[in-house]
Amino acid sequence: MKRRFIKKDGIHRRLEGWPLVFTVLTTIAILVGGLVEFLPLILVKGSVDKIATVEPWTPLELEGRDIYIAEGCNTCHSQMVRPFRHEIERYGEYSKAGETVYERPFLWGSKRTGPDLARVGGKYPHLWHVRHMENPRSTSPNSIMPPYPHMLENDLDLSDLPTKLKRLRMLGTPYSDDEVQNAIEIAREEAEAIAREVEAQGGPEGLETKQIVAIVAYLQRLGTDIQTTSTAGSGASSAPEDVNASR
Amino acid sequence: MAHAQTTSAPGTRSTGRSNIEIFSYDEQITRLFVYATILWGFIGMSVGALIALQLPFPEANIGEYLTFGRLRPLHTNAVIFAFAGNAIFAATYYSTQRLCKARMFSDWMSQVHFWGWQGIIVAAALTLPLGMTTSKEYAELEWPIDIAIAVIWIIFAVNFFGTLYKRREKHIYVALWFYIATIVTVAVLHVGNSLAIPVSLTKSYPIYAGVQDALVQWWYGHNAVAFFLTTPFLGLMYYFMPKAAQRPVFSYRLSIVHFWSLIFIYIWAGPHHLQYTALPEWAGTLGMLFSIMLWMPSWGGMINGLFTLRGAWHKLRDSVVLKMFVVGITFYGMSTFEGPMLSVKSVNALSHYTDWTIGHVHSGALGWNGFMTFGMIYWLLPRLWRTTLWSKKLATAHFWFGLIGILMYVISMYVSGITQGLMWRAFDEAGRLMYPEFIETVTQVVPMYWVRLIGGLLYLGGVVMLMVNAWMTIRSAPKELPDPAYAAPVAPVHSGGDGRPGAAPASGDGTEERKDDLVEVAPSEAADASAASGSDAPGTKKPDGPGTKKPEGPGTKNAQGPGTKKPDGPGTKKPDGPPSLRETDDED
Ligand code: HEC
Ligand code: HEM
Ligand code: HEM
Repeated sequence: MKRRFIKKDGIHRRLEGWPLVFTVLTTIAILVGGLVEFLPLILVKGSVDKIATVEPWTPLELEGRDIYIAEGCNTCHSQMVRPFRHEIERYGEYSKAGETVYERPFLWGSKRTGPDLARVGGKYPHLWHVRHMENPRSTSPNSIMPPYPHMLENDLDLSDLPTKLKRLRMLGTPYSDDEVQNAIEIAREEAEAIAREVEAQGGPEGLETKQIVAIVAYLQRLGTDIQTTSTAGSGASSAPEDVNASR
Repeated sequence: MAHAQTTSAPGTRSTGRSNIEIFSYDEQITRLFVYATILWGFIGMSVGALIALQLPFPEANIGEYLTFGRLRPLHTNAVIFAFAGNAIFAATYYSTQRLCKARMFSDWMSQVHFWGWQGIIVAAALTLPLGMTTSKEYAELEWPIDIAIAVIWIIFAVNFFGTLYKRREKHIYVALWFYIATIVTVAVLHVGNSLAIPVSLTKSYPIYAGVQDALVQWWYGHNAVAFFLTTPFLGLMYYFMPKAAQRPVFSYRLSIVHFWSLIFIYIWAGPHHLQYTALPEWAGTLGMLFSIMLWMPSWGGMINGLFTLRGAWHKLRDSVVLKMFVVGITFYGMSTFEGPMLSVKSVNALSHYTDWTIGHVHSGALGWNGFMTFGMIYWLLPRLWRTTLWSKKLATAHFWFGLIGILMYVISMYVSGITQGLMWRAFDEAGRLMYPEFIETVTQVVPMYWVRLIGGLLYLGGVVMLMVNAWMTIRSAPKELPDPAYAAPVAPVHSGGDGRPGAAPASGDGTEERKDDLVEVAPSEAADASAASGSDAPGTKKPDGPGTKKPEGPGTKNAQGPGTKKPDGPGTKKPDGPPSLRETDDED
């Protein structure tokens, strides 16, 4: 059989005379693997365990997330704590699938030039982040992170926010009508609150219209949804890997 | 008439004698892609060197738009889609025409493909520093550019398959199988991973979220490696390696087995990029198993490439092209051994997120993609421009600079990656993290970042040598470079039956060259021939039996007189058909 197929005048030889058939067979060959992997994950409902406390991003956080994407912070920072003891020790509770249901796109990253940020929310005061973004070496000597002083100067552009929320709602993120319509006002209020706190901590004034407040809002939210869950001891620990078994 | 430009001549003409037609290959399109490859290679790797500097020396992050986070995607897009992309298009356009014994289906589509692709690259180079990105690795470009990519890719596909349709060679050679797999799969991957809902011209949200988005992205990302950086380069290898070595490919059988198993298995391996993440565990395990299985078909390709040189290893000494190919294929073998190893969960637990991945990437990228491309360019330069290579010494220097550069790059990243991995997981006797401050693990590897930078600069220096060599070679080219014309018996192979008369391959192996059915004619003669309505096309050399020597290429004759030596070894005649696929294990 094998002989007949690949001999120099065998079946494969004839196939080489029919590029169309050859192309069709190639297409089938490359589709099989992908389909087998996707279909369960996309069709089977509940393939991702929902976690009750995980909520969509607020408008300002969403804006900060989009700045994070635009700056390419994900090229140096992962957001995916693996279920190893050393990672849990270093970063906190390992990441769960259910935490990422509103992540469009996912930002797990593939490189840790800097530390994982999945649990960075609440780790530092707002002002620390402002100083750190302005010049990382002011808070972390020897840091190799790029400075982002322009974030303290560039105005925050909120004009796309209502469309963003609307599109995300189309895709299934449960934003209310109120949030979609008043997205800009909500974001302004959030920005105001952060800017006041920065001032209270002795930081620069008037940041409420700047990009930095959006980034701070986003960073401070990261990983905090689940922290409440794990202390409440709810059934969020649905991860595949046994924590203790990891080396 | 006699000075008619064949570049503007239609691909095929009837000569009046019903069973002979004159056609030519479009060489200008290959020249354009070669130019673009060299230029973008230089730019993309300069950006690589800049980000390599920014890591140990953050002061090199200049202003708002040229920070590491914005330039890294620019580097990856420029080297993958501009440098490697233009290289595989050059290879495809050069070899497909010859393997099909037909001009490209449409010169117009070839031009649209070329300029469209360059436009896409320029758009990428502008939008990425401006922060317009989807953040998905190797698919960072926003939706309007994604649509442009899809359109240009479809034009390429139509042009390619159109050429297959009008081919004069019944059987498609193994290089073409790999091109077919590339074109089909890249289209599927690109569309599948780019599905998104636009918010504005420069921003969109993907239709997948979280775990699904991750799975789709790495189905794409891994297979971008597979079908953009591997299969087209295997096609390149299968055409240019036998050409340069003047030996038939090692094993026809092996090429069949490794082709089908490679393309089938590759698709499954994507989840190895997501080991120990929130992806369901079965998917990661599946990815790991298929990655290990992938080792064999990958090495099948390596063996077929390297053993093409069996009994002719001495040719390595004199030929830069072969040196480059052999090192390139060897690095392919190394990175496809390392890859399966990295996908094993316990190894990935250490290597993931570290510089080890970066070392793996660049052993493939600099060794395999880079060196195969350079080898091809050094082979093409004298042929496309009908002259001799300006400096063989400089080319040899490029080889050594490149090789030392790769080694410094890769070894420094292994050291740094393993150091990071071990420091992150180290506990002291009291069971506390040995290095609780992340920054300690950063400063530890900064010296390695400097070594990497030096390696990268050496490699880049090699590219500059290539630029100089190409520039000087092209300067010495004849002013006019008309496409050489060929005569072939009429009867397209797809018209049914067994193809044209005389198509039955003498050895039962149609991919080997048949010297008796394709005759090169001078372009002016071709023009005359088509004009002459008389019975005997003037100047068309008739085959006088098997084993006829081909006439020298017309351009060569004009430029340097008869008997010009081909650059790749003294006095060798280069057949222009497909490389022979006669294999040693075929005796039974
Ligand atoms: C060149 C890689 C690089 C890029 C790009 C980068 N960072 Fe960092 N980041 C680091 C490194 C290294 C550290 C650790 C040293 C320090 O604290 O600065 C770090 C630390 C951090 C920390 C503190 C984490 C902790 O747990 O202490 C935060 C928050 C942070 N980065 C946010 C960002 C944001 C937001 C961006 C994008 C605007 C960004 N980083 C871009 C390398 C990078
Ligand atoms: C002069 C040569 C080059 C230099 C100095 C260089 C440098 C770099 C640097 C510094 C990074 C970032 C690593 C990190 O984030 O830690 C990188 C990433 C990358 N480079 Fe290069 N590079 C070079 C050539 C190439 C070539 C020729 C290719 C491909 C054909 C390539 C493909 C990539 C890819 C795919 C990545 C991303 C890796 C990942 O995400 O894991 N590079 N390069
Ligand atoms: C048998 C073949 C191969 C296998 C099984 C394989 C496997 C892997 C694995 C396991 C990773 C690490 C994923 C992670 O931990 O994040 C990886 C990364 C990578 N490999 Fe390979 N590899 C193979 C061949 C190649 C070749 C030939 C290239 C050519 C250039 C290549 C390019 C890359 C790139 C660019 C990445 C980085 C992806 C990213 O994180 O951005 N691989 N590969």
